[in-house]
Amino acid sequence: MNANFTIPRFRLPAFVASLGHKLPQWPHTLALVAALNAALKMKLLPESELLLLEDKLFRVRVNDTGGEASYTYRNGMFRPVFRPTREPDLAFAANLSAYLQLLARQEDPDTLFFNRELEITGDTELGLIVKNMLDAIELPRLPRLPLTSH
Amino acid sequence: MSPLPDLICPAGSLPALKAAVDNGADAVYLGYKNDTNARNFAGLNFDTKTMADGIRYAHGKGREVLLAINTFAQAGRVADWQKAVDAAVDQGVDAIILADVGLLDYARNRHPQQRLHLSVQGSATSYEAINFCQREFGVRRAVLPRVLTLAQVEHVIKNTTVEIEVFGFGSLCVMNEGRCWLSSYACGESPNTVGACSPAKYVKWDKQPGRMDTRLNGVLIDRFGDDEPAGYPTLCKGRFEVQGETYYALEEPTSLNVLPILPDIIKIGVRAIKVEGRQRSPAYVTQVTRTLRAALDALKDGGERYHVKPAWQAELAKVSEGSQATLGAYNRPWR
Ligand code: SF4
Repeated sequence: MNANFTIPRFRLPAFVASLGHKLPQWPHTLALVAALNAALKMKLLPESELLLLEDKLFRVRVNDTGGEASYTYRNGMFRPVFRPTREPDLAFAANLSAYLQLLARQEDPDTLFFNRELEITGDTELGLIVKNMLDAIELPRLPRLPLTSH
Repeated sequence: MSPLPDLICPAGSLPALKAAVDNGADAVYLGYKNDTNARNFAGLNFDTKTMADGIRYAHGKGREVLLAINTFAQAGRVADWQKAVDAAVDQGVDAIILADVGLLDYARNRHPQQRLHLSVQGSATSYEAINFCQREFGVRRAVLPRVLTLAQVEHVIKNTTVEIEVFGFGSLCVMNEGRCWLSSYACGESPNTVGACSPAKYVKWDKQPGRMDTRLNGVLIDRFGDDEPAGYPTLCKGRFEVQGETYYALEEPTSLNVLPILPDIIKIGVRAIKVEGRQRSPAYVTQVTRTLRAALDALKDGGERYHVKPAWQAELAKVSEGSQATLGAYNRPWR
């Protein structure tokens, strides 16, 4: 979106992940779910596709921080799932830099997938729905910073 | 030097459309959210409202919108395809890209003013086929399948007044487009029937220690080591056991990239260059459009000093399937 800033590809040192495993997993799970619900409130996500997410279990794993978040969509809201009792319907695994690049719309998930930087397992069609849903969101235009663009 | 060809870029969503327009596409192509187009994936494409927004945005910046209705009308449901044609005309798209001769005939008779293009799915590889479509349906442009050599493309152009569009970048569909049934062999559905090759509901990425298996409807089609680049789960790019050897017998996971032969493509009179990838994200559309725009602009003033910049190739290689690129059929010795 903003051409003035590019997120480099990086990998956090391994000890971060070993630390991450020992930390409680709920703060980032809550942050993720709050962000998704904020998007819902702003009506950024199309209703017809949201219906397809009902009761599905999602897991997002950040390899190099050791963080993991599980959540589901039920009755019009995203909800955290702290102790999943079954395998997720859809699971993503990648390093933090890959997620940041995705969020900034700097890289395309297919690119990261081809380069083996993003792993998608579970229900592939559900994965496609989620990806296309996120792609179709119109991000508000950020004001350009008065830096030189490249 | 011939005039620069139009750069035609894919849009699977409104943000992708805007990315294409903002980064220098002369036209965008898109489809409705149903099986009338060959990229019928869940969550992708346009409904009437987003289409109207998209057309307004593109036209506001002086760019064209081409609508693909490029699957074949299925028995008993022909009206759905005809309705899509009517809707496209109503919405004011600049051209409709069609493959089905029945639909071409319908569009020609019902909307004689509408500009029509022959889709790559129409699989016309000879000037005779293209001139036939011009005579019968008034087709103004034909998109050539990615199976012709450069010399063959030139031969077609010399023998027709229909504008010729070729693929410049993107994933390869190696078979004679519009005729491939490989996907149906594994899962009963193919691009020409349901609008998708290897539909996602049949695809399973199976992570195993040290490798990832790709299955299509349970059939193992490829297996990647952890460091090996991956591709789309289409059968043509699977690894097969042939006479005791397992390898990419049909095509490797790779993308077409014509930058090295761009001056030749322009010289023979190609009218438009198309980028594949309506299934991809706005980030891809931005990167590829920007790169091809830069390459075309470098050829604007005759292109004597044209050379392919390493930065362009790096940008395109990164977004390529299997992280590698090929000139495809354009430089093959076959005939
Ligand atoms: S199997 Fe390959 S060649 Fe056949 S339609 Fe699919 S992508 Fe194209």
